[in-house]
Amino acid sequence: MQQESVYIDPILEPILRQVPDPEIPVLSILDLGMVREARLKDKAVAVKLTPTYSGCPAMDVIGDDIKKAIEDAGYVCDVELVLSPAWSTDWITPEGRKALEEYGIAAPLDASADKRALLGEEKLVKCPQCQSKNTHLVSQFGSTACKALFKCDDCREPFDYFKCLI
Amino acid sequence: MSLRKHDFRENGDKIDYILTIADNSLILGQRMGELTGHGPTLEVDIACTNIALDLFGQVRSYFQYAAQLAEKSCTEDDLAFLRTEREYKNVLLVEQPNTNFAYVIAKQFLFDHYHFLFLNELQNSNDATLSAIAKKSIKEVSYHKRFSSDWVLRLGDGTSVSKEKIQKAINDLWPFTQELFEPNEPEEKAIDLGYGVDIAKLQEEYKQAVEKVLIEATLEELPVLEFYQRGGKKGIHSEHMGYLLSDMQYMQRTYPGMKW
Repeated sequence: MQQESVYIDPILEPILRQVPDPEIPVLSILDLGMVREARLKDKAVAVKLTPTYSGCPAMDVIGDDIKKAIEDAGYVCDVELVLSPAWSTDWITPEGRKALEEYGIAAPLDASADKRALLGEEKLVKCPQCQSKNTHLVSQFGSTACKALFKCDDCREPFDYFKCLI
Repeated sequence: MSLRKHDFRENGDKIDYILTIADNSLILGQRMGELTGHGPTLEVDIACTNIALDLFGQVRSYFQYAAQLAEKSCTEDDLAFLRTEREYKNVLLVEQPNTNFAYVIAKQFLFDHYHFLFLNELQNSNDATLSAIAKKSIKEVSYHKRFSSDWVLRLGDGTSVSKEKIQKAINDLWPFTQELFEPNEPEEKAIDLGYGVDIAKLQEEYKQAVEKVLIEATLEELPVLEFYQRGGKKGIHSEHMGYLLSDMQYMQRTYPGMKW
């Protein structure tokens, strides 16, 4: 979904890959699909960044982290925040989804399944601890704007679910 | 400081329109934010403050754009914290107090259904920035709408006490909803010029959507009233607004220019 419009300069890619999401440190901002563009011209870098949620308090930190990482590598960096096209959980890479699961956060389902799961109609969200789908929704809003709170009815562990946003 | 001092030049009408639509989210966000640490359960507390956070995020996008149109003669913070009461153009509904949890939910519910329909139309604005903000925000607002509708169902179809309370809250707040669909002057101009939403056209769909939830929640159908409360969009607010603003503006008034 609009993923093809992303352009990241191959020289900058390894630098940006080092920048983690401050809320979910196992995840690179590249895996989240938040960097829409990173262009290099001589020593000047222009980055276009899109927020996951409008009110995401991590955005300023992420912008600063990107600027620092690129400037540490010897470039001049300008970070611009763009809203369109709006971020979608579809942009999370397969590596990103895997890292989320390993970190203990259930990765987003597709949109129609997400709705059924959040409405409690079907048990679809898999517990990242024991892989059981015998789970239930505790709250549609979790520890951060992008997550919902679930509990596993087999291993009894509560866990975060990364809400679908399409 | 008053914004009247600023020279908004040819963008004045558009800035007024942006403030009209953004102030709803700002003031409702402030009301929801009052629940921080005071929600009835931890989960509800977190949900309400998450909703406030989404609304503030949307407001920042609007205000940053307004500040840009004002050619930097004001900042997003000036717009949020340094206007006088009559310069806020939010509807009366969103400034109503959190009397009890039923009022928190009823207020959010009555606004969310409007907000969703409004953003759905704003996506078609001929202003690219407003359209982008709408496309971003509507994803978040669909979660808000689900949350508040879900609670109207639970309270309405819950115990006799919860039902009585949510019914009273809906009855008390319903007279504030008419104003949502009555354009003020900047809105009329925005509709004519194609960057604003023709809100009057949303009313029928709104009523149906709200009523559908109320019926499912075993609550009464919506009354047709002879008199509705209005004024906020013209800057004439209810007595609650002053108290809300004194809370919200306290830091910037006491320590002007303070930053995190």
